[in-house]
Amino acid sequence: MTGADAIFLARLQFAFTVGFHIVFPAFSIGLAAFLAVLEGLWLKTDKQVYLDLFQYWLRAFSIVFGMGVVSGLVMSYEFGTNWAQFAQKAGPILGPLLGYEVMTAFFLEAGFLGIMLFGMNKVGKKLHFFATCVVSLGTLISMSWILSSNSWMQTPRGYSIEPGTGRFIPEDWLAIVFNPSFPFRLVHMALAAFLSVAFIVAGVGAWHLLRAKRTGNQPTEAVKVMFSMAMWMAALVGPLQMLAGDAHGLNTLKYQPAKIAAMEGDWESEGYAPELLFGIPDMKNEVTHYKIAIPYAGSLILTHSLSGKVPGLKDYPKDQRAPSYVVFFSFRIMILLGVLMAGTGLFSLWLRRKGTLWTNPLLLRAALFLTPAGFIALLCGWVTTEVGRQPFTVYGLLRTADSASPVPGASIGITLAAFVVVYFIVFASGISILLRGFAEEPHRGEPGPDAHHPQRAAAMAAAVSDTAAAGHTGSGE
Amino acid sequence: MDLATTGLTGAAYWLPIVWAVLVATAIFIYVVLDGFDLGLGILFLAERDKRHRNIMIQTIAPVWDGNETWMIFGGAALYGVFPNAYATILPALYLPVLIMLFALILRGVGFEFRSRMHTEKAQNLWDIGFCGGSFVATLMQGIILGTLVSGIHVEDNKFAGSSLDWLAPFPIFCGLAVVCGYSLLGATWLIWRTESDLQSTMRKWAGILSVAMLVMIAGVSVWTPALHTTYMQNWTAWPQILLVAPVPLAVIAITGVMFLALRGKTSRRVPFFCALAWFFVSFTGLGINIWPYIVPPAMTIWQASSPPASQAFLLAGSMFLLPLILAYTAYAYHVFRGTVNEHSESYH
Repeated sequence: MTGADAIFLARLQFAFTVGFHIVFPAFSIGLAAFLAVLEGLWLKTDKQVYLDLFQYWLRAFSIVFGMGVVSGLVMSYEFGTNWAQFAQKAGPILGPLLGYEVMTAFFLEAGFLGIMLFGMNKVGKKLHFFATCVVSLGTLISMSWILSSNSWMQTPRGYSIEPGTGRFIPEDWLAIVFNPSFPFRLVHMALAAFLSVAFIVAGVGAWHLLRAKRTGNQPTEAVKVMFSMAMWMAALVGPLQMLAGDAHGLNTLKYQPAKIAAMEGDWESEGYAPELLFGIPDMKNEVTHYKIAIPYAGSLILTHSLSGKVPGLKDYPKDQRAPSYVVFFSFRIMILLGVLMAGTGLFSLWLRRKGTLWTNPLLLRAALFLTPAGFIALLCGWVTTEVGRQPFTVYGLLRTADSASPVPGASIGITLAAFVVVYFIVFASGISILLRGFAEEPHRGEPGPDAHHPQRAAAMAAAVSDTAAAGHTGSGE
Repeated sequence: MDLATTGLTGAAYWLPIVWAVLVATAIFIYVVLDGFDLGLGILFLAERDKRHRNIMIQTIAPVWDGNETWMIFGGAALYGVFPNAYATILPALYLPVLIMLFALILRGVGFEFRSRMHTEKAQNLWDIGFCGGSFVATLMQGIILGTLVSGIHVEDNKFAGSSLDWLAPFPIFCGLAVVCGYSLLGATWLIWRTESDLQSTMRKWAGILSVAMLVMIAGVSVWTPALHTTYMQNWTAWPQILLVAPVPLAVIAITGVMFLALRGKTSRRVPFFCALAWFFVSFTGLGINIWPYIVPPAMTIWQASSPPASQAFLLAGSMFLLPLILAYTAYAYHVFRGTVNEHSESYH
């Protein structure tokens, strides 16, 4: 096996594990914020429906969070197992950022998660709400650090390179953390997480609304409330995300024009450039086949003027071009899903005015169909930005080929296969547990902290009725 | 040691020492916290009673995420302050590290999934995942430690050994030693946190495991100095001998307290803290042993370090963040204090 094969396997393994991982933190970010809002509304209005929804989504949260922890654990070691040279050279800059992520976010989340999941009866409403908010804050802090370090790999600043060793030496931490692409990437990712979870919630709501319609029952209030909340989110964040994405694109054009050229499948740098709706980029012959193009739209989108000059891949040496055939498609899938999600959100506003939000079959089917759309778009966006950074790990400075570990390809291949098997089992089980939970409607009358009965009495009731589940509903009424 | 530190003064000399102590402390905290919940996992299938299994799970359900976070912190800290060690150890121990990670994944999700299964069979499968994962992860942690102590072949600042160096008698012995040790932590934790039948069973386990642990400690202590001449020197040289000499005495003293406590049926906490004390003594002995190397015998803490700018940056935050973390972690344990029995509020 050649070195190039080993590097390819190392990349494949890293991409597989990080791609699997990224879904769960994003899910946690959106869901934790949603839970904080639900609990806040419950405390403010004292309406049972918010508590019912809180408990319903909390059950999903514990699964999602657990899967995020275990798949994230892998990431904190994989920089060393797969990218030892990268770790050695960029560790002085990226390691401390990761260290801060763990100290300011992971511990915070894990420390208060137990209270959030199991502590309602022990600490009371207010402290419990505080724990929920802290967990939500932790997910946001975590996202900020990880996107800062990811952005540094795209737009490195504030460093010097040590002669002899080639190590990156930190010179200015503010410049490192707040590197030029960080604010744009952060906003884009945060909105993506919120939008993804909005569509998960909407999908679950839509499924129950459609079922109620089919069976001729009235949908429960909890189902209506969650669908409505999710659609508000989609209507607000969907369009906002398009603006944020546009700003992020302009930032990329400024700092990583070669990535833009690969995303657009453009070979010649030109003004009045068309936007390709479809095409098959051919890296070898330096051409994009089967183009379907909208005239002038490329310049208009990227430079906000018809005559604006857009970059072409031929501007860059062959060994500095990202594989256009990957990012061209991942970018387009992301855009397509983004447009569909924003459109669904806007459509829901109109139906809301008409008063058919909970009954319009087109909206309900669209919401059901788009349940995973946010996550698929998020993964496509991630592929676009990471593959678009190739052939570098630190953009323009450190090549992927010079980042690898001295590990034989066979070891990487075997463990890659094991990752696929293990993650498939875990993912399939996790999804099936989540789906089974979602197939139930939110339970009515979920218990809050029990003010009327002392805790021992509630526990006794649980013991008498033998199963905890029976005790749950029993003690709440 | 003199050779490695030639020309280093000020921050470049002191920061790596401070960080070595901090990283060692973090690893010890990890061993203490995840040690008992991994050990509980190892003992899980030995307990046939379903209700008892649920109680065992409940004693750690609110805290295990936090315990595992210390391992993530260990990885991140090594990456940030000793990147050369991080980039040498992980490729050298590629397979055991990845096997450990797989095992930790299985046990982590097994833990979350088992109670959500609707059939007995599915629940049993995840129970096996939780127990097997705990066992394999623990075994691999011991093997990683053993391989590190036996020495890693480094040339030109890079790992240059073979991918199966860890499959050797000493690392495997260390693996089994850590399995015994974590199981003992698990058993004594359950003595502390449970009642009646389950507690008595765990007292029996703790007795057996204590004997096994003593044999393992003796074995590793005899074997280690034979691995490298520097180890022998470290243990017998002045003034380190002042630190080393009390170690066997401490082990004997702890043994006395442990067996008294296991026999007297009243003391619930003492066995757990005796087990911790064994770990502390062994861990300190090991630290003295490999000092000042982080990748013995090739790389000292100074050679492994990131530049002072990186170490200082992370240290600045750690000084107030780590105490804060310890404070709210302690609070979380405090909230869920007390013994757990089948009448306790169910967490799943």
